[in-house]
Amino acid sequence: MEARKKGIYVFILAGLLVSVALALLVSPWASSAPDGLEKVAEDKGFIEKAEETDPAWESAPIPDYAVPGLTREAVDEETGEVVEEPTKLATALAGFIGTVAIFLIAWGLALVLKKKTSEKAETTP
Amino acid sequence: MHIPDGFLNTGVSVATGAVAAGVVGYGLYRAREELDERSVPLLALCAAFVFAAQMLNFPVAGGTSGHFLGGVLAAVLLGPWLGGLVLTLVLVVQCLGFADGGLTALGANVFNMAVIGAVASYYLFALGKRLLPKSRASFLAAAGVTSWLSVMLASGACAVELAISGTSPLSVALPAMLGVHAIIGIGEAVITVLVLSVVLAVRPDLVRTYDLAGPAPVLADSEVNR
Repeated sequence: MEARKKGIYVFILAGLLVSVALALLVSPWASSAPDGLEKVAEDKGFIEKAEETDPAWESAPIPDYAVPGLTREAVDEETGEVVEEPTKLATALAGFIGTVAIFLIAWGLALVLKKKTSEKAETTP
Repeated sequence: MHIPDGFLNTGVSVATGAVAAGVVGYGLYRAREELDERSVPLLALCAAFVFAAQMLNFPVAGGTSGHFLGGVLAAVLLGPWLGGLVLTLVLVVQCLGFADGGLTALGANVFNMAVIGAVASYYLFALGKRLLPKSRASFLAAAGVTSWLSVMLASGACAVELAISGTSPLSVALPAMLGVHAIIGIGEAVITVLVLSVVLAVRPDLVRTYDLAGPAPVLADSEVNR
C-alpha cells in the first residue's frame, strides 16, 4: 500500500516535469497563427467586434502568455513597421509560471473540497 | 476557441453563464465525494498538463492554428465531474491570469469547453465504451473518436452562440467553425490517445474510467484460492 502511494507521487512528479517542459521549452515555438475561432472571425469579418471592445478584465498579470517587459524589436511582416514583440523567454516564463501556478491552485482547491468530505465522514457515524 | 469580449450579446453571456455555473456547482458537490488521497494530486497534474498543452498551438491548413482542449482526456482520467472542474479551472486561470478569453464570455467558454467538451462528451465516451468490445484498443478508440467529437460539438456550440448574438449568421459561422475544427479535432484525438496510451502502459490503475481490468482479476484470484 505504501509502495503504491509512493508510486503515485513518482508518476505525478514525472507528469509535472513533462508538463513544465512542454510549457517552458516547446511553447515558445508553438504556432502564432490565429486559432480556429480567430481565423473564422477574420475571414467572416467579425473580428472587429472583439478589437473594438475594451476587455472587461484588464488586470491579467501575464497578458497573452508573455511575461511583460521582455520584448525585442521586430519587423511586422504585413506592415513593414518595427514593432515590439515578446521574446521567446517571455513566452517560456509565462508557460512555466502558469503550469506551476495552476498545479498548486488545483491541488489546493482539491484539498479544500476533499477536506469537507472527510470531516463529514468523521461526524456522520 | 476561447471567445473574447465583444462577440456575444448579454443574453447569450448570461444564459451560458447560468448553465455553466449550475453544472460547475454540481461538479463541486460531486467533487467532495469523489476526491480522495489519490485523485487530489491527479487532478492537479491533469490541470497543469491541460494548461501546458493548450499553449502548444499546432499549424493546420490555411494560416490557422489549433490547440489541444483536453476535455475528454481529463474526463477519462478523472471522471466527468472532476474532469469538468479541471477544464473550468484552466479556463478561469487563462481568463484572469493570461487575458485569454473574455471575462464576459467566461461562462460561454466554460459552457463550450468544460460542460460540452468534458462533461457531455464524457457520456458519449461512456456510450462508445459500452457499445465496443471490452479491450484496451476499443477503450482508446472510444476516447479518440469522442475527443474529436468534443471539439466539433464545442465549436458548433460556439457558432450557435455567435449566431444568436447576431455576430455571424449560423449559415456562415457553423460550417466555417466545424470545417476548421474537424482538422483541429484530429490533433485532439491524437494527443488524447497518445497520453492515455502512456498512462495505461505505466499506471492503468490511475485511469478512473478504465474498468476493463476492474473486478475480473479479483474474481479470478479468489477462484484460484478456492
